Amino acid sequence: MAVDKPTLTLGPVLYLWEGEKWRDFYFRMADEAPVSHVVIGETVCSKRLHFADPYFPLVIERLVAAGKRIVLSTLALVTLERESQYVRSLIADSPYPVEANDLSALALLEGEPHWIGPLVNVYNAAAARVLAMRGARIICLPPELPASSIDEIVSQTPGVDFEVLAFGRMPLAISARCAHARAKGHIKDNCRFVCKDDPDGLPVKTLDRQSFLALNGVQTVSFTCQALLAELQDLVASGVGRFRLSPQDCDMVAVARLYDEVLQGRVEAEDGVARLRQIYPATPLSNGFHHGKEGAAWVARARNIAHGANA
Amino acid sequence: MELICPAGTPAAFREAVEAGADAVYCGFRDETNARNFPGLNFSREELGEAIAYARRKGIKTFVALNTFMRAGHEDLWYQAAADAVHLGADALILADFGLMAHVAETYPEQRLHVSVQASASNPDAVNFLVEAFGAKRVVLPRTLTISDIARLARQIRCEIEVFVFGGLCVMAEGRCSLSSYATGKSPNMNGVCSPASHVRYRQDGSDLVSELGAYTINRFPRGEAAGYPTLCKGRFDIADASGYAFEDPVSLDVMDQIDALREAGVSALKIEGRQRGKAYVAEVVSALRKALDARPEERRALLARLRLLSEGQRTTSGAYEKRWR
Repeated sequence: MAVDKPTLTLGPVLYLWEGEKWRDFYFRMADEAPVSHVVIGETVCSKRLHFADPYFPLVIERLVAAGKRIVLSTLALVTLERESQYVRSLIADSPYPVEANDLSALALLEGEPHWIGPLVNVYNAAAARVLAMRGARIICLPPELPASSIDEIVSQTPGVDFEVLAFGRMPLAISARCAHARAKGHIKDNCRFVCKDDPDGLPVKTLDRQSFLALNGVQTVSFTCQALLAELQDLVASGVGRFRLSPQDCDMVAVARLYDEVLQGRVEAEDGVARLRQIYPATPLSNGFHHGKEGAAWVARARNIAHGANA
Repeated sequence: MELICPAGTPAAFREAVEAGADAVYCGFRDETNARNFPGLNFSREELGEAIAYARRKGIKTFVALNTFMRAGHEDLWYQAAADAVHLGADALILADFGLMAHVAETYPEQRLHVSVQASASNPDAVNFLVEAFGAKRVVLPRTLTISDIARLARQIRCEIEVFVFGGLCVMAEGRCSLSSYATGKSPNMNGVCSPASHVRYRQDGSDLVSELGAYTINRFPRGEAAGYPTLCKGRFDIADASGYAFEDPVSLDVMDQIDALREAGVSALKIEGRQRGKAYVAEVVSALRKALDARPEERRALLARLRLLSEGQRTTSGAYEKRWR
């Protein structure tokens, strides 16, 4: 069923940003960006926690004062005892809803209303219903899902709000090994936080110099930026009510405003795509997963319509 | 500790049983399992015969249904679970919560193992799967050191199975979309990684170039052995340097750590390789069986010749060794 008033969610900053840069980003988003919810907190690497910690209370205060609804993110990969302890205490102490990004958070959140992040494998309604019964209220679906799966899951899972990643480099993999540190001559245990030097990820090219992936510490993200703009109205019609903007090192206020305008019908999707390319110029856009193709592909709207007409 | 062996064909299954497996794992010939390769896997009839054969020899059969159900097509997985149960599978190896819930509810007596693809890497995660679905065993992701495993074993309420030999995922299993980013086909959704259907080799001057989808995965100068373009084992450019960005073309071998794994509380050792031929399976299983039964000081010699069977003839301890990170 179509959603009346779709909203925008700001996803967690996946990259390691210097504390002040991180703080200033959130201050500006609080003051200027038309997002209703902000998912915040380290998601990729437990070694990074101390960078944002000193600024966390101020940032939360500013976001709350601006009327943003806070959701705390959790780690995507939990293997060490101190990581387990971190997730446990975050969940025990949080005054805000928490987003589960791995099975441990999922386990600990049972019985409380919570969010499910895009790194938890929800590929079908049966899985979504298991999570809903345990207290999941909002599920951000994995970026790999095609539109056909999204439609099916949303229509077969009552009582849950669904969110889809509409902007940002796609999280593709996570490892115990830090390719980012290794690329700079270190290993994870002695990484010297080199990922801080690449606030938008470290590009990985093929030997034929094709742009391919980007490293973000232990995470690998797409080189392309997921951009669902022409797809928004169809998603709203099939019951997706929330769209996630994943922070990149570009003007995210402009990104949020653009998505808001497209959602409200004030800007045509095609114009929106053109504007998005200006806001985030160095990164090619993709929407292939959504259209059941390779994730790096870009499917232009015009071709969709042509296919529809021929069908 | 049990030795859990792969079988991609009925012939490999027999070889594994004969060579000393305690259990053999396999899958149906479709996208319900993570080795959905052309020419591999079992029909219903073949699986029934294999299970009966194994049972006569006192060997168990585990059936992998370890992909994630495609929305709207869940019946394919539900039917596979029903058939595996009725054919007498000793355990189902599952990754998807939705399928775990279905199996736990429909076949409460059926033994359920958590696939490596479920990525249960810590005590809270494992105990959740034990409590929610009655899981009896977890296959741990290749993200843990042996001391991590020992700590985990003390805190969980089910058996532990770990990979000890064969192909090595560099990324946390079941949480990787690199393959579908390049090809549209992924382990989670299609049961394939870096599928052969999307692989191309081309000659470029004196280099042999391997491609996956539209992307160059490696270049091999004349004289260098060309490997299969598995995405995470490719050579890439980062900044101004070229190299194996994620992992070298190596395979996993931690058979020299058998005693440490036993002490850590591991119940079962798993060999990767359902895509391998029956001769490989026979040789690896029989060597590992002998090593497992041998005294520690005899093992080194027994294991040395196995190195020759490994991919690229180079092996790694992977995440079991802390410095790998």
